[in-house]
Amino acid sequence: MIALENVTKRYGRQAVVDDLSIEFGAEGVTALIGPNGAGKSTLFGLVGRLIRPDAGRLAVDGMDVATTPSSELAKVLAVLRQDNHVAARLTVHDLVEFGRFPHSRGRLTGVDRDHIDRAIDYLDLDGFRSRFLDELSGGQRQRAFIAMVLAQDTKYVLLDEPLNNLDLRHMTEILRLIRRTADELGKRVVLVLHDINAAASYADRIVAMREGRVVADGPARDVMRPSVLEAVYDTAVDVREIDGRPVAVHYG
Amino acid sequence: MLTDPATTTAAPAGSAVRTRLAASWARPAVRLSALGAVVLALVVTYLFTGVPGSLAFALEIRGRTVLAMFVVATAVGVSTVVFQTITQNRILTPSIMGFDAFYVLISTVLVFFSGSAAFLAADALALWLVQVVVMVAFSVLLFTWLFGGRRRSIHLMLLVGIVLGTFFRSFAEWMQRMLDPLDFQVLSDALFASLTRPDGTLLALTGTLVVLATAAVVPLLRTLDVLALGEPAAVGLGVDHRRVVLALFAAVSVMIAASTALVGPILFLGLVVANLAYSYAGSFRHVWTLPAAVLIGVVCLLGGQLVLERVFSFGGTLSTVIDFAGGLFFLYLVLRKGAR
Repeated sequence: MIALENVTKRYGRQAVVDDLSIEFGAEGVTALIGPNGAGKSTLFGLVGRLIRPDAGRLAVDGMDVATTPSSELAKVLAVLRQDNHVAARLTVHDLVEFGRFPHSRGRLTGVDRDHIDRAIDYLDLDGFRSRFLDELSGGQRQRAFIAMVLAQDTKYVLLDEPLNNLDLRHMTEILRLIRRTADELGKRVVLVLHDINAAASYADRIVAMREGRVVADGPARDVMRPSVLEAVYDTAVDVREIDGRPVAVHYG
Repeated sequence: MLTDPATTTAAPAGSAVRTRLAASWARPAVRLSALGAVVLALVVTYLFTGVPGSLAFALEIRGRTVLAMFVVATAVGVSTVVFQTITQNRILTPSIMGFDAFYVLISTVLVFFSGSAAFLAADALALWLVQVVVMVAFSVLLFTWLFGGRRRSIHLMLLVGIVLGTFFRSFAEWMQRMLDPLDFQVLSDALFASLTRPDGTLLALTGTLVVLATAAVVPLLRTLDVLALGEPAAVGLGVDHRRVVLALFAAVSVMIAASTALVGPILFLGLVVANLAYSYAGSFRHVWTLPAAVLIGVVCLLGGQLVLERVFSFGGTLSTVIDFAGGLFFLYLVLRKGAR
């Protein structure tokens, strides 16, 4: 499990993550929701050791994030950030190969090649193997990055807004894929989502954050309630039941 | 029939050969070997043709120049490619950190306070040592201050570098304006990069430093590939970003300080060489782009020197040629970037 104990991160005086204690990363899909500036990405940055906390302790499977070598953590935890700008001109295959870096340090073995092939196959990117990243559509690019993360073959997979800039079709595609990796490959997926309905239908657990704290935590049915969502987003949200599933209606 | 049997059988064979050639040309190893052959041809041409007197004497003088070019090409090529990978920017060179400007300032200060006579008479080794030590100390200070602490930001470091560089440049210009004409003449002569006939001891020292710094970079070649993905992705893949980047910056500053102290400011060459290397090597991997940058650097320096000596009969300095050609290439890069 990924465990945070009284973790605080401040920018100036503002605490972006405020004395947060939480455990997540159980089997299945966990969705992190909340308004902009709630501290979701900062939380990922802290777990992904991009940001150092001002106070508190973080651990992944009992390994302290502050003291465990980065190369060890990279074997159990993969993080995909929001915007992935790559200066070098890479093909899809090159990118997915990087996922093996924590295991091979750049010298690929047969096992590494198997993982790469499987990841590419899993994301249906076989036809795009030798395409350059700048020649792909947004959806294909996102799939290539997810393939890299899968090739990393970690127990935990953290995805920061994987649906950014995707149209309806690609959004659904990626969500189904995430669900599949959790169910078939046994990955423990944690993702930041803005679409609460997507979170409700694909996640086993929803954690709602606001101002650096957790304000709601539980299965979709518990979190998808008008009173809870209004408290999270400061906006009137109605929740209707459609085909037995809670659906938030937030357009006037 | 309309088709001639001879051509129908010949055409597939011909195109098969051509595709096979194209396929092998796509391989970085083949491309690098071709580049190596060009370098070898240039070295042989430079060393053995147009010898007016004793071959042994010419070889000694010219051999030293060729060695200096290899040392400088390595320093400039490796440091620029590494710097561009760390900063994820292909139109920067380490000169943005104020290296060239700092060299100009040190030389100006030396001439200003000791006079041109003392500057010319000064022990070359002592001068080189002072410049190397001061430049390395300056950059290490800058790196550890802005990157070693808690708030590590490459952008902040670049920004401070630009500001300091501008400050050094204006300060040096201000001092130069107060020099007497003779001193100024001597100084501006010293500030033109000059690769011909370097001092043997200095060349050996610079060569050693550059080789050591390059040796420090070699084990990090594969890590450099990962750094090209950007800091977040590299950290996610288990790279100890702060440690690796500090080590690389240290290697870069040693290389640049040593080679600049030997031949003068020549970092502009790095921009040209690095970008040519990216498109020529046919691979983003540093195992290929770094040697390609070094070899292309040698081609530029040695080719330029050959043209200068044999075609224009020494009618100029190599650094003028490089700055001119490099400037045009830089414009081309920027315009092409804008068009895309």
